Amino acid sequence: MPDFKKQIRQRLAKMNLSAPREAEIIEELAQHAEDRYREMRADGASDAEARRAAMEELGAKEFLAGELHATEHAVAANPAVLGSRARGPFFAGLGQDLRYGFRTLRKSPGFTAVAMIALALGIGANTAIFSVVNGVLLQPLSYPEPGRLLNIYESTQAFRYNSVAYPDYLDWRSGASSFAGMGAYRSDFFNFTGMGEPEQLSGEYVTASLLPVLGVHPRFGRTFSSTEDREGAACTAMVTTGFWKRRLAADPGVLGKNLTLNGMPCTVIGVLPADFRLSGSAEVYLPMETYNSVELRTRESHPGLRVIGRLKPGVKPEAAQAEVAAIAGRLALQYPKTNAGYSARVVAMKDDIVGGVRSTLLLLLGAVGFVLIIACANVANLLLARSTARKREFAIRAALGADRGRVVRQLLTESLLLSLGGGLIGLLLAGWGTRLVLAAAPANLPRADGIGIDPYVLLFTLAVSVATGILFGLAPALLGANTNPQESLKEGTRGSGGGKYRAEGIFVALEMGLAVVLLAGAGLMIQSVWRLWKVDPGFNPHHILTAQVALSPTVAGSAPRIRQAFDQMLERVAATPGVEAAAISSQVPLGEGDSENSYWPGTGPQPPQDQLNSALFYIVTPGYRSVLPLPLLAGRFIDRRDIVGSPPVIVIDQVMAKHLFPGQDPVGKQISMSEIGPITIVGVVGHVKQWGLDSDDTSKIRDQIYFSIGQVPDQFLPEAMAGLTMMLRTTPEPLSMVSAVAAQVAGPTRDQPVYDVLTMEQIISRSLAQRRFTMLVLLIFAGTALLLAAVGIYGVMSYAVTRQSHEIGIRAALGASRWEILRMVLRRGMKLAGLGLVGGLAAAFALTRLMAGLLYGVRPADPATLSLVVLLLGAVALLACYIPARRATAVDPATALRAD
Amino acid sequence: MENPAIDREWKKGSAELLILSLVEAIPRHGYEISKLIEQRSRGALRFHAASLYPLLYRLEKRDWIRGLWVEKSGQRRRRYYQLTPQGRKVLASQRQGWQTFVEAINLITGAENA
Repeated sequence: MPDFKKQIRQRLAKMNLSAPREAEIIEELAQHAEDRYREMRADGASDAEARRAAMEELGAKEFLAGELHATEHAVAANPAVLGSRARGPFFAGLGQDLRYGFRTLRKSPGFTAVAMIALALGIGANTAIFSVVNGVLLQPLSYPEPGRLLNIYESTQAFRYNSVAYPDYLDWRSGASSFAGMGAYRSDFFNFTGMGEPEQLSGEYVTASLLPVLGVHPRFGRTFSSTEDREGAACTAMVTTGFWKRRLAADPGVLGKNLTLNGMPCTVIGVLPADFRLSGSAEVYLPMETYNSVELRTRESHPGLRVIGRLKPGVKPEAAQAEVAAIAGRLALQYPKTNAGYSARVVAMKDDIVGGVRSTLLLLLGAVGFVLIIACANVANLLLARSTARKREFAIRAALGADRGRVVRQLLTESLLLSLGGGLIGLLLAGWGTRLVLAAAPANLPRADGIGIDPYVLLFTLAVSVATGILFGLAPALLGANTNPQESLKEGTRGSGGGKYRAEGIFVALEMGLAVVLLAGAGLMIQSVWRLWKVDPGFNPHHILTAQVALSPTVAGSAPRIRQAFDQMLERVAATPGVEAAAISSQVPLGEGDSENSYWPGTGPQPPQDQLNSALFYIVTPGYRSVLPLPLLAGRFIDRRDIVGSPPVIVIDQVMAKHLFPGQDPVGKQISMSEIGPITIVGVVGHVKQWGLDSDDTSKIRDQIYFSIGQVPDQFLPEAMAGLTMMLRTTPEPLSMVSAVAAQVAGPTRDQPVYDVLTMEQIISRSLAQRRFTMLVLLIFAGTALLLAAVGIYGVMSYAVTRQSHEIGIRAALGASRWEILRMVLRRGMKLAGLGLVGGLAAAFALTRLMAGLLYGVRPADPATLSLVVLLLGAVALLACYIPARRATAVDPATALRAD
Repeated sequence: MENPAIDREWKKGSAELLILSLVEAIPRHGYEISKLIEQRSRGALRFHAASLYPLLYRLEKRDWIRGLWVEKSGQRRRRYYQLTPQGRKVLASQRQGWQTFVEAINLITGAENA
């Protein structure tokens, strides 16, 4: 068949018609000429005769243009449109591409909806996780020049980050020239009375230098002066905007008014800005030196003091590190008794805040990226299948002269429209997903209040959408545009195009592989959390209620009255119906915060600080073991005899017994502590996993010492009483007892609040929160991945069966049994799945290593988990292949062979 | 031009009427229209593609006929032309005019012969 199109195109060339119009005219006239040619040949004319007759139809060279002149109009210069060879500037045809893309997508709403939902899920999940990563890890701290802020700790062999002794801080501040300024703070609780309901407030003692170092200015009022930060100075206070609104009715005249904190009048001098948050939920701030305690005056105590320094401009953190370490070295020589073994360590403030969650968040970001890639692979497969159906369209365009790049561009425009649409929906989903993540996230997720959709998140979503569109659109576009027009126009719907099916296979294998990795990650986390749940904390955690209690300010300062108030409080609570036992302890197992003390074996003189042992120190009442039934391994527990005046005694745990007195009975042996002197060991109890179910075994300090509250020397009693926890064993469900217990604790003066009420089970659960959160999110991702991979392999196999129905028909006609056909289809599908599984296993081996730190009791490449994952995915893939394979066996040979 | 007796101007004047009549009952594509003109005129009338299609486009532009690409299974797509409501009115009035014209001509030419 002669190429009439060329002839016609030549005749139209000068008219400069719009490309689609030109293509239409060419197609119609060429058909006419071809019909004429065919007819002549059928009537027995020679090729030359038929050709001549057909050409006659097209008339003389100028004739057609002349005839068309009345109806057809030239278009404006340089149209870069489909089907033309014109190479205009890139954006020239963009509008047209977009219009055409919109039209194409609107014409197949089913495809568009499915693809957009898959992409919206993928992009939405990515945006949600990214907005968390952005808020927590990427956004700078809200202080001016936050890069210059460092946290400074005292460090020992056992603890890299220790709280700081106040005298040491003062020496650092006066001695370090790397810093423009240095400040310190210390969290505490304040009994707020005299204004409505009494309340236990979280607060901070801060040095006068702290807010200037951070660069924080009050909302109104002023910060502390150095004369106010002096021992014995009149109490002044700053409050947060939240507290000012909540309890002070946003009174604009609040400055100069008095708040009663711990029974002491404190003058309000300033209100902090609304977004200021130093740590936790502090609402009131007092000058450091109004913390009237011996703890602040000795280098021996490290009373939870945290130090922040602002580097001088241009000074490197390394230089500051060297300098504070040198100062600490001098102090260790100067005060060996208290400072030997202590050095100093700086860490960038932001790293310090987010360091604990960085690896978790990055892991989740990686995992959610996998989900998106799987979604992309699915959409790419949809597009491939569609591009087969649209083969004639591409072929006609190519035949009309559209170059390959032009078709690729059109297809990419379509996939970008899809991905941007998906991104837009994804953004809406992300707003909701972010709230979901935050609801599931551990309560101690740092900087959680900075999480949300901001311009960076929007930019991220846009970038991900564009990248996604290109990622899933490119392969189908290249393969789609690769069609040989003549082939496609000649053949029916049954196509060749092996490249396309190879690509589908690769996508399916990729999906399976990524699903293996995600499932392996989720499986390992499930195992870790499950194993942790089974770890024995060292006691029975059921039916235990814990609550922080504070004494009435009226008894503060007098040791006998403190003891009496505590005794009475315990008696009242223990008498409450439903309470089986009540006790008070200075620390709760697995709770937040810890308290250690130094000791040395025997009764000799105190060795230098760096040769002392450390032990967790529990100050308890005799009822402690009735609440928390620790096994008594030797001797006796603390009892009513152990009061001031009787010989000081302690009970130790089995870990300390084993390491201090291996193979001996520790009962009757003595150790010494600096504030108490020689102490006799009267009993040994089981070890409690204080540091957490997972990390206790590897902690540096595991020795545990129980000491009677009754034997705390009077001068230490006021501090020892701060932050005590009441622990109860209850008959009914513990939380049902809260109001009854709170009423008994409050006492006749009704000014002793109960706060931070938690059951022991909640405390254990909270200690696992971050892992459980990681597990939950990974599980959701893995489930999504599994579903998408199953849908992907099912879609490809169904399509393959449809495509091969001809071949299957022939086989069936030639006598292949149903079983043979079933096996043939299954084999193809499972080959793809197997390829993905093997690749996924290799990737899982490599990638699960990155989550080693999050695992407990299971190795990253745990063979059991990986085998289970492979079995599960293999089964799902088999099922996904089986359904289309079953359909293949139902192919009727006659119908299949007739189909073309 | 097969029959010199029917000259180009004659054809042009009647072409619109011919096409409108042919697509009155069912939509037809261009080649079909040209074949029908040739067959029904027993070869007296023939339109080449180069004349026919510009004419079709002109009628389409006047909204007398409408061309639609139709794809039938197993065939390449073709453009089928069908009469629009306006085309139907035009056809009726052209038919009427033609009839009157032919009768008038017949009256004159036949009268001389009779």
